[in-house]
Amino acid sequence: MLEQLLVSARSNPHVDPIISVWGWEISVYLFLGGLTAGIMFFSALMMILKKDEQAPFAVNGLSLLGPVVLSMGMTTLFLDLSHPLFVWRFYTTFEPTSPMSYGAWILVLFYPVSILQVLSTFRSGYGLLASLVDGFPLVGTVLDWAERYRRAIAWLALPIAVGLGIYTGILLSAFSARPFWNTGLLGPLFLVSGLSTGAALTALIARRHSERRLFTLIDAGLIVVELIVVALLLVNLSTGAALQLEAAGKLLGGSYTVAFWGVFIALGLLLPLILEYFEIRGMARRLAILAPVLVLVGGYVLRVIAVDLGQETTWTHYTSEFNTQLLDRLR
Amino acid sequence: MTHYAMVIDTKLCIGCCDCVVACKTENKVPVGLNRDWVVEATQGTYPNLSTEFRSERCNHCSNATCVTMCPTGASHYWNGSNIVLVDPNKCTGCKACIAACPYDARLIMHPGGYIDKCTFCSHRVEKGLDPACVSTCPTRCMHFGQLDDPSSTVSQLLKSRKYKVLNPETGNQPNVYYLI
Amino acid sequence: MLNAPLTRREFIKISSLLSMGSALSPMLFLGGCSAHPLPGTGTVSSTPTFCDMCFWKCAGFVHRENGEAWKIIGNAEDLHSEGRLCTRGTGGLGSYEDPDRLKKPLLRVTGADGRQTFREVSWDEALDHIATRMKAIAAKYGADRTLLLNHGYGASHFEHLMRAFGSGSSAEPAFAQCRGPRDVAFKLTFGELLGSPERTDMEHSRCIVLIGSHIGENLHNGQVQTLTTALRHDATLITVDPRFSVAAGKSKYWLPIKPGTDIALLLAWLNVLIEENLYDKDYIAQNAIGLEQLRSHVARYTPEWVYLETGIAPDLIRTTAREMAASAPATLIHPGRHSVWYGDDTQRTRAIAILNALLGSWGRKGGFYFQESVPLPDYPLPDYPTPKSTYQVAHGDRYPFAYAGVTNAVIEASIGPDAHYKAWLVYGTNLPTTIPGIRPQLKAAMDSLDLVVVVDTMPMEITGYADVVLPECTYLERYDDLRNSGERLPSLALRMPAFEPSYDTKPGWWIAKQLGHRLGLDKYFPWNDYAEVLDWQLKQVGSSLDEMKKIGIKTFPRTRPKYLAPGEAYGFHTPSSKIELYSQRLADKGFDPIPEYTRPEQPPQGFYRLNYGRMPAHTFGKTTNNPILFQLAPENTLWVNPLVATEKGIENGEYVRLANTDGVVSNRIRVRVTERIGPDSVFMAHGFGHRSRRLRLTHDVGADDSELMNNVKIDPIAGGTGMRANFVTIVKETV
Ligand SMILES: Nc1nc2c(c(=O)[nH]1)N[C@H]1C(S)=C(S)[C@@H](COP(=O)(O)OP(=O)(O)OC[C@H]3O[C@@H](n4cnc5c(=O)[nH]c(N)nc54)[C@H](O)[C@@H]3O)O[C@H]1N2
Ligand SMILES: Nc1nc2c(c(=O)[nH]1)N[C@H]1C(S)=C(S)[C@@H](COP(=O)(O)OP(=O)(O)OC[C@H]3O[C@@H](n4cnc5c(=O)[nH]c(N)nc54)[C@H](O)[C@@H]3O)O[C@H]1N2
Ligand code: SF4
Ligand code: SF4
Ligand code: SF4
Ligand code: SF4
Ligand code: SF4
Ligand SMILES: [Mo]
Repeated sequence: MLEQLLVSARSNPHVDPIISVWGWEISVYLFLGGLTAGIMFFSALMMILKKDEQAPFAVNGLSLLGPVVLSMGMTTLFLDLSHPLFVWRFYTTFEPTSPMSYGAWILVLFYPVSILQVLSTFRSGYGLLASLVDGFPLVGTVLDWAERYRRAIAWLALPIAVGLGIYTGILLSAFSARPFWNTGLLGPLFLVSGLSTGAALTALIARRHSERRLFTLIDAGLIVVELIVVALLLVNLSTGAALQLEAAGKLLGGSYTVAFWGVFIALGLLLPLILEYFEIRGMARRLAILAPVLVLVGGYVLRVIAVDLGQETTWTHYTSEFNTQLLDRLR
Repeated sequence: MTHYAMVIDTKLCIGCCDCVVACKTENKVPVGLNRDWVVEATQGTYPNLSTEFRSERCNHCSNATCVTMCPTGASHYWNGSNIVLVDPNKCTGCKACIAACPYDARLIMHPGGYIDKCTFCSHRVEKGLDPACVSTCPTRCMHFGQLDDPSSTVSQLLKSRKYKVLNPETGNQPNVYYLI
Repeated sequence: MLNAPLTRREFIKISSLLSMGSALSPMLFLGGCSAHPLPGTGTVSSTPTFCDMCFWKCAGFVHRENGEAWKIIGNAEDLHSEGRLCTRGTGGLGSYEDPDRLKKPLLRVTGADGRQTFREVSWDEALDHIATRMKAIAAKYGADRTLLLNHGYGASHFEHLMRAFGSGSSAEPAFAQCRGPRDVAFKLTFGELLGSPERTDMEHSRCIVLIGSHIGENLHNGQVQTLTTALRHDATLITVDPRFSVAAGKSKYWLPIKPGTDIALLLAWLNVLIEENLYDKDYIAQNAIGLEQLRSHVARYTPEWVYLETGIAPDLIRTTAREMAASAPATLIHPGRHSVWYGDDTQRTRAIAILNALLGSWGRKGGFYFQESVPLPDYPLPDYPTPKSTYQVAHGDRYPFAYAGVTNAVIEASIGPDAHYKAWLVYGTNLPTTIPGIRPQLKAAMDSLDLVVVVDTMPMEITGYADVVLPECTYLERYDDLRNSGERLPSLALRMPAFEPSYDTKPGWWIAKQLGHRLGLDKYFPWNDYAEVLDWQLKQVGSSLDEMKKIGIKTFPRTRPKYLAPGEAYGFHTPSSKIELYSQRLADKGFDPIPEYTRPEQPPQGFYRLNYGRMPAHTFGKTTNNPILFQLAPENTLWVNPLVATEKGIENGEYVRLANTDGVVSNRIRVRVTERIGPDSVFMAHGFGHRSRRLRLTHDVGADDSELMNNVKIDPIAGGTGMRANFVTIVKETV
């Protein structure tokens, strides 16, 4: 037998016995980040495709959710910082090798563009609100200006949306130290999932039936793609190195099986897919709202699994000789 | 770049953990936190056994994933050497570096909140002293020096003895070597 | 009148103190939280000391930065430590910072409810109380009816006090619970003691044999350092140990012996050396007597016969014997230190001594060298009165070769109305955990004694037996006598205060002087500050306190050679002035003149042998509450072989209890399932399972081996308390 024992009591918080530096804050942030990408993507796309008639909410109303949702995500991200007073340090440098640095700078692009997006559809999307502010000098001119360039703004938003979507996936997969994250498929998976949740949210809120149907259709397609990516990911893991196998094991028949198969795959992808099928076929209307809700839940659960399981896959497997809880007597 | 390395002779190490206490006092590491630790690896079945003790810490990797992942440059290479340090005044506590370290060598300073780890005692090295753990180890099984100086003890030992590093597969190119 | 209120003492859980301890010290618990400046960038001061975390007394320097305690490091000039402190020494600051320390003198009082508790009192009240009672005892029974139970370096001040007072009795666990049998055996064989630090010349050994002696877990610094020097030079290490000790892991040959059968193995080795003519003939011819008796004695201990007892294969016995001979005389059969195992310990260590003799290692390079200390004059003082009696009263005709007090014997002599001893002064020893199975006698003694004084630094279990508890400051806060132990080179080391005494604690010398004053012994304490004594002594050897305050240790040249000259006729300090392979003195007292082997007791069905030893991070029970060392190793674990674990259905990391053959059940202890121990025994480090609630870190953590020791094997020759014939079962925790 091989006994690998820590003979000096080591209990660095969030590092021992296994890395657990990131909790719900990061899962929520990644989820909302992906969702925002979807939101921005579709609001811009529909604008460019001139779908004003078929998808009025996506074109005029959706974009406002972008900055709102992302700001919620930024809040949880901030909550996660253990040295928060120095948060401004993200912006005193650009670190080309650090995805987080990209993440920080993408925001600088995101917010102005998404605000312009909102302005460019403010009157059409939120007429009541608009009428309140329209009176003010300047506001009117700004809105006029934004509306004139609404399509150009949309073209600007599109790549940013995609960038944001990819980033939320790359962030984790760039960690070579965490074999479960360190796969080329996590990025695409998060991107697709982000778009899917974006579509689902639109389908959920949109009033006009044609629009709901359109986004249900889009979401169904994205779910199919997502299922394929998941399959590839599993194949990739189970044919990988020892540590990836360990991770696969936790998914296929371990601590994460229920969350992964039960919640994410079954409830978060398959069931909504079926429901959406009926929706598209024009049946079972009353269940209509259920599908998008499930997609959103599934999207969040995916982030939770990824964040937690990733931290569990570690290179060092030491057991501690001592019951480190005893050290609480010092704290 | 100056290439610092620690070479530890597992044939002499007795697992006494003096290196851990020396680090704690020298570097005033807060209670309950550790920059270094000792692992005992026993193989075989009674009475055919072998035991290896390893004093472990940050490997000051030549390819330090903690540095590449740090979004603020707080984690950096010291004076163009491979010694990896954290600048508390640049650290946001995003903890990317902790997740990025395959050796779980980093820790959060509590309640400070910034990230800490073994510094190879750069504050001693710049005075020409050995790190605290090295200069305290009662079996003298720890050695510190520059690998780019072929006459240094560390270079000589790596030339003359069999050695290993921890998980070379990480690709981090760790610089704590274990003589076996 | 003397036997008035306090002759029935109830054990005071020191928790039932009238006032509880302070909050944990901020320095220790918040230190270094915000981005602190780099260490050593502030104003740094350094003070010499020698370590008191164990009895090795390594010299070092205490560093403070901006007035705050920083670190302790070794003194490069020091041979005990070769400039490097061990784990415990490096963690020494913890003993100073420990917020659970004794802080004020405590006096036993009986409350209105009839319950006895401690009241915090002034030094004057405490010392007056003690002096009054000691005078009364001297008047009624005689000053010689007082006893000093001591351990540790600071005890010298109280030895002085007690001898000045007229007491001739003292005992320390260092004899009957530790080195006694070993030193008696070597004295009988070579006429000299081994000293502490031991005079082993391991740094030059080519072959080292460890019988037990778990150096590596046993961190006696010089021992660790000289052993690793030998290993660095590829010396052959042979370790005899039923457990795969750290040393075993470094050995070329590990002999996993059946516990308690070492004498058989040693006799077999002697057999091979003689049969194969491998012993040092000239050396023996010139220096030893009794070879012929030895030859015929060991004839029957053939490797084949011994194999059946020890489980060590005959060819392995022969190979190892030849290895020893090949490197002789640079071969050291290590004498060990904690020698009280099975009650036949003087004989086992005699066998070790004889084996060394045949290899010619005594007085030879790589074997045992001649130590030298500094001829340091004592401070001029009047002679002590001759005591009316000494500890011999307690020994009677038992343990004829014990040359020091046997703790158990003197404790027995303190029990009952007409007991010989009427008062105890206990310094630096935690008797209930130190002497196996002593708790009942301690209780009984407590009921009969007129006075029990405990001088300690921590609220250890022993304080619960006291009438008066005197809080000494730690070694980092006081002067003590100069260190002048034998070494490769003679040297003196200084211990001086690095900090002002914390709380209301006082240095031992001050306490002794104050008591002396109240006992009318001022002429024995003519100084105001002990620094005067040290300065005077240092000036006699051409140094001074001022010089020592800078250098901490001063080394002097040797005046005598370290080894015997080739062919030198050395006068051994034995009756025959030779090495006594055959001991007439033992024969005269009715003991085996040459060691015999007797089979050790075997565990009853379903029981395991209780094996114990050291762990590097701690010194017995005295450091387990040290905050620095506690966070390094907070508990002791129970080593259990995987086979046993499966059989008992216990998991790694699970907590269990142990029950001995009298059904005494231990405290909870965490299981470590490991191949490093065989299936016939379990192992734990000594020093845990503290009951004192005032030890807030270590209280109730881990198990205490000593309370499971119900089968103590007394060594009839030296009075040692053999501790390794105790058997336990594993009791699963039901929580
Ligand atoms: N860290 C630390 N070091 C210390 C101390 C401390 O408290 N802490 N205390 C110091 C003191 S005062 C002393 S006396 C020494 C004691 O240390 P040692 O003198 O080395 O003690 P031993 O009892 O000889 O060694 C214990 C070893 O004996 C083995 N053993 C048990 N039964 C048998 C047997 O039947 N035969 C053989 N051959 N081996 C057996 C055990 O498995 C264990 O490995 O340590 C000193 N060093
Ligand atoms: N079961 C079992 N019993 C054993 C052993 C074993 O291995 N197992 N080992 C035996 C051996 S080898 C030995 S040497 C003995 C050791 O026996 P002890 O010397 O009694 O060892 P400790 O239990 O550490 O007790 C030391 C006491 O001294 C106190 N003390 C520490 N520093 C100071 C100081 O500066 N001043 C004063 N006044 N007091 C101080 C501590 O608080 C503690 O109460 O134990 C022996 N008993
Ligand atoms: S101090 Fe030296 S011997 Fe002790 S554990 Fe550390 S490296 Fe090993
Ligand atoms: S061991 Fe970890 S913390 Fe140290 S340099 Fe390498 S990656 Fe960074
Ligand atoms: S926690 Fe600090 S050091 Fe680590 S990656 Fe974030 S900013 Fe860099
Ligand atoms: S090199 Fe310095 S910081 Fe690193 S473990 Fe050793 S003592 Fe600690
Ligand atoms: S051996 Fe360790 S504990 Fe003992 S005196 Fe030396 S340094 Fe101190
Ligand atoms: Mo001892």
